Amino acid sequence: MAAPKYPSLDTLALHAGQSPDPATGSRAVPIYQTTSYVFRDTEHAASLFNMERAGHVYSRISNPTVAVLEERMAALEGGVGAIATASGQAALHLAVATLMGAGGHIVASASLYGGSHNLLGYTLKRFGIDTTFVNPRRLDEWKRAIRANTRLLFGETLGNPGLDVLDIPSISAIAHEAKLPLLVDATFTTPVLMKPFALGADLLYHSATKFLGGHGVAIAGVLVDSGRFDWEASGKFETLTAPYAGFHGMDFEEESGTRAFLLRARREGLRDFGACMAPMTAFHILQGIETLHLRMPRHVENTRRVVEFLSRHSQVEKVIYPELPGHPDHALAKKLLPNGCGAVFSFEITGGRPAGKRFIESLRVFSHLANVGDAKSLVIHPATTTHYRMSDADLKNAGITAGTVRLSIGLEDAQDLIDDLERALKASAK
Amino acid sequence: MNFEVGGRGAFAYTAAHELDPAKPTVVFVHGAGLDHSSFGLQSRYFGYHGRNVLALDLPAHGRSDGPALSDIREMADWVSEALRSLKIPKAAVVGHSMGSLVTLELAARHPEQAERIAFVGVAFPMKVGAPFLEAAKANDYSAFDMHTIWGHGAQVALAGNPSPGMWMHGDALARLERLAPGVLYAGLKACNDYAAGLESAAKVKCPALFILGRRDVMTPLRAAKALQERIAGAKTVEIAASGHALMAEAPDATLDALIEFLSLEKPKG
Repeated sequence: MAAPKYPSLDTLALHAGQSPDPATGSRAVPIYQTTSYVFRDTEHAASLFNMERAGHVYSRISNPTVAVLEERMAALEGGVGAIATASGQAALHLAVATLMGAGGHIVASASLYGGSHNLLGYTLKRFGIDTTFVNPRRLDEWKRAIRANTRLLFGETLGNPGLDVLDIPSISAIAHEAKLPLLVDATFTTPVLMKPFALGADLLYHSATKFLGGHGVAIAGVLVDSGRFDWEASGKFETLTAPYAGFHGMDFEEESGTRAFLLRARREGLRDFGACMAPMTAFHILQGIETLHLRMPRHVENTRRVVEFLSRHSQVEKVIYPELPGHPDHALAKKLLPNGCGAVFSFEITGGRPAGKRFIESLRVFSHLANVGDAKSLVIHPATTTHYRMSDADLKNAGITAGTVRLSIGLEDAQDLIDDLERALKASAK
Repeated sequence: MNFEVGGRGAFAYTAAHELDPAKPTVVFVHGAGLDHSSFGLQSRYFGYHGRNVLALDLPAHGRSDGPALSDIREMADWVSEALRSLKIPKAAVVGHSMGSLVTLELAARHPEQAERIAFVGVAFPMKVGAPFLEAAKANDYSAFDMHTIWGHGAQVALAGNPSPGMWMHGDALARLERLAPGVLYAGLKACNDYAAGLESAAKVKCPALFILGRRDVMTPLRAAKALQERIAGAKTVEIAASGHALMAEAPDATLDALIEFLSLEKPKG
């Protein structure tokens, strides 16, 4: 008897979650641009509302096009399921709000996307949820920061913008010892470069706006649950293990075991906070995912060539990319990211802020904008844009200086990108 | 609800309802390596439609204490004892896969407790391939892979899940990973060793229903035939678009078949 096989990632990227539309035979995923779904009769309606039957009721809670994206991402990540959200920030908020309320505490890496830092450091604090930021490379800091009311550990697979490689096996071990889950933002790596669940993470999310979509046409997020964290055994998660008056006294863990987190996130989080994904957005992101396994290797290949060029350039003080031997996480990157460290990285230009300004304004192929992970190459100056609300101390902790320039390498011809950078570096020295 | 069977902790999902002696009861018995949540939608329906529901966790599965049982007759006796412990004199019993063999044995050994029985994905004999059994015995992860891939219709590897946003293979693996070492092997061995199917089927006197998936590769349609022929008056519902995980792959069709069989009302639509 031959051992059975799962479809490979390349096949799942094209097919998972969808069979040809039963109504029309449509091979492409149809865009179910509808808010709601006609019930067969009153009994059917009641059964759907009370979760006795599978199906769709209202597109804020679920939608057939969005469900294809959710199932596809769960398949690509090896999770039990997923929830697509209005943005990556909505996915982070949904994860936090599902696990805790006022009085909760998060231990998070200090090397985060500025938006995530804002949410955790300022906005959630107003709602009674505190965060302790730690140096992601200091395992003792993670351990020391855990309190009795901690409910989550959180970091980015590749920190922003210093590309700290999150030591998921070690940090998840710390989390699990404390009976806590580890959530990771996997936006920079995608399932093509890293499978966080296989390394020990329990929950993950993507800003699907970035590499998953790849085209830069849709704001989107997706939250995926591994289903491996035992909420009941932890004893710290009342939202999942105690009867919830807001849903007929449902005990989500008792009801559904491995699906408890997603059940509450969908039935409460999407129902009440409402940061759902539109069906057209899901369609756009699905178009991107169909070629993700082809695009990511090209992103990495181009990035390696650009990194090599910049590393040798006299007007570049430092290039921050984990594949370079001087990067503090070089050894860890070799272990956790053998297929590449993504396509977003930073470098420090000689001449500080004025040189950086001239450099960015001289680029022709690179676009100066606040995004990463596009098929087109992008550039930004973090200190004055994405991280401008951070204090000098926080900036320093995140590895950002006035001369730091962040690049997101696209799919253009690598030599064209190098030529563009060379021209702009020359201009920056004038 | 938590209760005790033979002095050990046991759990049954009751759809957040107290047991009411005035109501009829439906018992759900899961398959090897699974737990009460495999009947999630179906058990919830009956709990909210005038029935007591007991979706059991067999010993060492879900929230019930171990040790795992490795004999179908012992499992049937355990279910019988569970009903006595909860003061449920008689119930409709629905079993899936290994749970369907347990259901058959319960009806044969404790006929006074089985009002009617439904087999969801059943075969006799329920032989387990040697590589699968050996992998489970060695607690090798490949046993989970075989359970997951053969435990679903081939289309599940790619096609959509009726429950929005969920990935059936991932869910199956996550559930199996929660098992203590040896528990899956105990269940598979019980299925493989069970030899009393034909004699027990001949003893069944209550109404019986077979719900079978046409895409089931673990307990294919033809493998249920010997049992179907020996249970007088048994009815069969074949579900075209489902493999072995009928409750997840075809939740509505499975539920509709159960609703009709349990005579609550005719399915609509």
